[in-house]
Amino acid sequence: MNKPQSRLRKYSRRAFLIGATAIVGGVAFGTYALKRPHDNPLEADLAAGEAAINPFVKITSNKITLIAPHADKGQGVQSAQAALIAEELDVELDQVEISFGKPAAAYWNTAMAGELAPFMSFDEGFAARTTRSALGAVTKVMGLQGTGGSSSMPDQYEKLRAAGAVARETLKAAAAKVSGVPVAQLKTARGAVQLPDGTELAYTALAGAAADLDPVTEVTLRDPKDWRLIGKPMQRTDIVAKSTGTLTYGIDLKIDGMVHAAAKVNPRQGGAMLGFDASAAKDMPGVQQVIEVQGPITERAADGSLTTRSGPVGVAVIANNTWRAFQALEAIDIEWGKAPYPAEMDGHWQVLSDSFTEERLDTDWRKDGDVDAALEGAEVLEAEYRAPYVAHAPLEPLSAIVRVDSDGAEIWAGHQMPRFLQMKVAGALGLDDQEKVTFHNQFIGGSFGHRLEFENIMVATEIARQLPGVPVKLTYSREEDFAHDFPRQIAMSRSRGAVKDGKVDAWDLQIAMPSVLASQGARLEQPVVGPDAQIISGAWNMPFDIPNLRVRGYKAPALAPISSWRSVGASSNGFFAEGFFDELCHAAGADPMMERLRLVNNPIHRKVLETVADMSNWGSELGPNRGRGIAMVESFGVPTAEVIEVTATEDGIKIDKAFVVADVGQIIDPVNFENLMQGGVVWGLGHAMNCEITYSDGMAEQSNFDSAEAMRLYQCPEIFIKGLENGDKIKGIGEPPVPPAPAALANAIFAATGTRLREMPFANYVDFV
Amino acid sequence: MKLIVNGTERQVEVEDDMPLLWILRDELGITGVKYGCGIAACGACTVHVDGEAMRSCQVTADTLEDGMEITTIEGLGTPPALHAVQSAWVEHQVAQCGYCQSGQIMQAAALLAEIPNPTDEDIDDAMSGNLCRCGTYPRIRAAVKTAAQTLQEA
Repeated sequence: MNKPQSRLRKYSRRAFLIGATAIVGGVAFGTYALKRPHDNPLEADLAAGEAAINPFVKITSNKITLIAPHADKGQGVQSAQAALIAEELDVELDQVEISFGKPAAAYWNTAMAGELAPFMSFDEGFAARTTRSALGAVTKVMGLQGTGGSSSMPDQYEKLRAAGAVARETLKAAAAKVSGVPVAQLKTARGAVQLPDGTELAYTALAGAAADLDPVTEVTLRDPKDWRLIGKPMQRTDIVAKSTGTLTYGIDLKIDGMVHAAAKVNPRQGGAMLGFDASAAKDMPGVQQVIEVQGPITERAADGSLTTRSGPVGVAVIANNTWRAFQALEAIDIEWGKAPYPAEMDGHWQVLSDSFTEERLDTDWRKDGDVDAALEGAEVLEAEYRAPYVAHAPLEPLSAIVRVDSDGAEIWAGHQMPRFLQMKVAGALGLDDQEKVTFHNQFIGGSFGHRLEFENIMVATEIARQLPGVPVKLTYSREEDFAHDFPRQIAMSRSRGAVKDGKVDAWDLQIAMPSVLASQGARLEQPVVGPDAQIISGAWNMPFDIPNLRVRGYKAPALAPISSWRSVGASSNGFFAEGFFDELCHAAGADPMMERLRLVNNPIHRKVLETVADMSNWGSELGPNRGRGIAMVESFGVPTAEVIEVTATEDGIKIDKAFVVADVGQIIDPVNFENLMQGGVVWGLGHAMNCEITYSDGMAEQSNFDSAEAMRLYQCPEIFIKGLENGDKIKGIGEPPVPPAPAALANAIFAATGTRLREMPFANYVDFV
Repeated sequence: MKLIVNGTERQVEVEDDMPLLWILRDELGITGVKYGCGIAACGACTVHVDGEAMRSCQVTADTLEDGMEITTIEGLGTPPALHAVQSAWVEHQVAQCGYCQSGQIMQAAALLAEIPNPTDEDIDDAMSGNLCRCGTYPRIRAAVKTAAQTLQEA
């Protein structure tokens, strides 16, 4: 039986390389595959007679398994990935098992780096100008198997359909061999090859024959008009489990012999743990052990430079129950060292305020006309905008199960960057090969960027290192989750603008923030060089031909550690840009929608604006104390426009309606699309209203949902969604609805009340009902 | 102490101050009930105690009485036999990450048991203590209405 297996290994690897490149043609995937052959990660577990036709399809005598390597944190991408394969493979989603697969280079995300790069989607001229940027570094840091940057569908759209088609044609070839009927007379449907006489050969029955064949790589992807699944409403494969409490999230998982752990790491992030007294905790019910946690300590030198060393950073309790571990941890007195960033918010804002200097200039990619000349002698409108730190706070608190053995580690957790996770853990344990870290990805109860980080994994690994052979389940309390978030960047913008003849004429927009990429890179020990596109994303690429426009980004020094927060730089910059643009429109005496329509510089964005104007019946009378605001931001290549309607009631602002239009090129599932769009608007509005993380004494002051609650159901407006498909490339929708929401809300509040909001959260200035 | 959990008698011996949430999750292994905040600010841990929706993170062992009936999402309905509220949740495809939805569904079921035909205001009042970070609120509203209709027609 050895021979077929060894042949299969060879063939399946070739299938991946030749199949994918020959079919998909010139896309980046082919380039990667040619330059860097990746093993098919499914081969290692195959028995004789089982076929792994490529890294995404595995068929055994009783099961068809589709591999959906992008992490599902609620965006429904497991279903969407399976549907792409199933569309070509001719299986129904209720006939297959879907697996996240294991970490493997073959699941390299080919779209993520591209989406992080500073390419303006509608102007290739800008791309040429900026290719010297951080793209290389970004790719290195982020481009491995990963989920983020709204990149899942751009990455997988062709790759997975191709994988399904190669598998289908190979199964047909196997059926031809078995039955003697020529391939041309064979059809496929519902997981079976159909012979002309009506006989059906199940794919599972063909697994052995397919394993002996060279995969068929000469296939053509189906014409979209023949699609059964893509573009039509689907039932998400996880929806019944998620409606019945039967889905197992990482936090629900149990491993035989597992102990429960809770930990406190210095809430002054990066600070040391100076000492602790656990005498009261040790005798509490169920407590088995109290452990000192080692980790990276960051120190700031007098010149502001940061150095990192290893040392005690926290304390963990091992108990026989999560709650008992939490309780015992509360009974421990711990002395914490200083934070490597300003202890109070004034210090953080001061750093940003001082960063608008030539030395800090990071990017000046948008220079239209002559701003300096246009502002000279004009009546200049000036404004400063601010965006605070904000927590991710996914509802499922962070957790991880880790078992460390003498020759490796096994990890169960939900994570967006499995390859980096392996690398980090291998490094911490001194393992010579990251493949010695086995990772089992889990369904994720929300991320919004937090599960790109490794804190929970590393603390769990550190505890498990001290309990060899024992699976340790670390569960974060909500308070620890808040204290150890890496929040959205704090950011500030300064605008100077002028109007002429009733039109917006000149605008000098400057944005300062610490670099998210640099903060992430430091934790990965991957120095990031070159400009960070996120510092100006959502602003520099505004699709408006203002005669004199300059957008500059300033990279502030590192402050509190920060990370990607749903839509990253655009989450603050969309507010800065579209808020001040509204101010300029009003200064010009122009209607904010008409002025945007006058200045919009390409047909795709114009259509988005026109559609939202139509939907919202822009220009119609709203009545007293009411107002509407418009904002349009492009992020992750998706032009998204939102109109918000509000009423100023006696008790505060009521958000009545939201109209949202985005162009994503191709909608995979209109139901999930609508849900994600609505969720993005709720996210954008809710955090703009009432969320911030403020540091005092070096610690986050907000520790739970009573002090950072975002939007509640009673505050949720009616949200009307329209997706357009005029763009020529497929784009993701996880993030793009977020950036326009704060500005559209601020602009609506101005229209209703005359109060201009320039700093989030707005609840610090107005009440909401 | 004896509790009737999802119709089954379960023996529980724990500290007085252990919350029902952790009795269910860590002592009885019932994980459909979720930990989200521990301070009754998110509603993910909502279960029915003698038919009433409660935040199980706030119900300590010493306040439970022998023979009390506890219903979690697993006891409301199952994949082959969905409760009307769960059916509506599937039909409207409410869940994104789904982590809050056990609590949302238990809260909605309790609302409809009390008010079979809730107004928009009733729904807002009953459901606003349940946080959804993914922002599925528009679908929750629609699903509650569908479930109300189904239950009334039954």
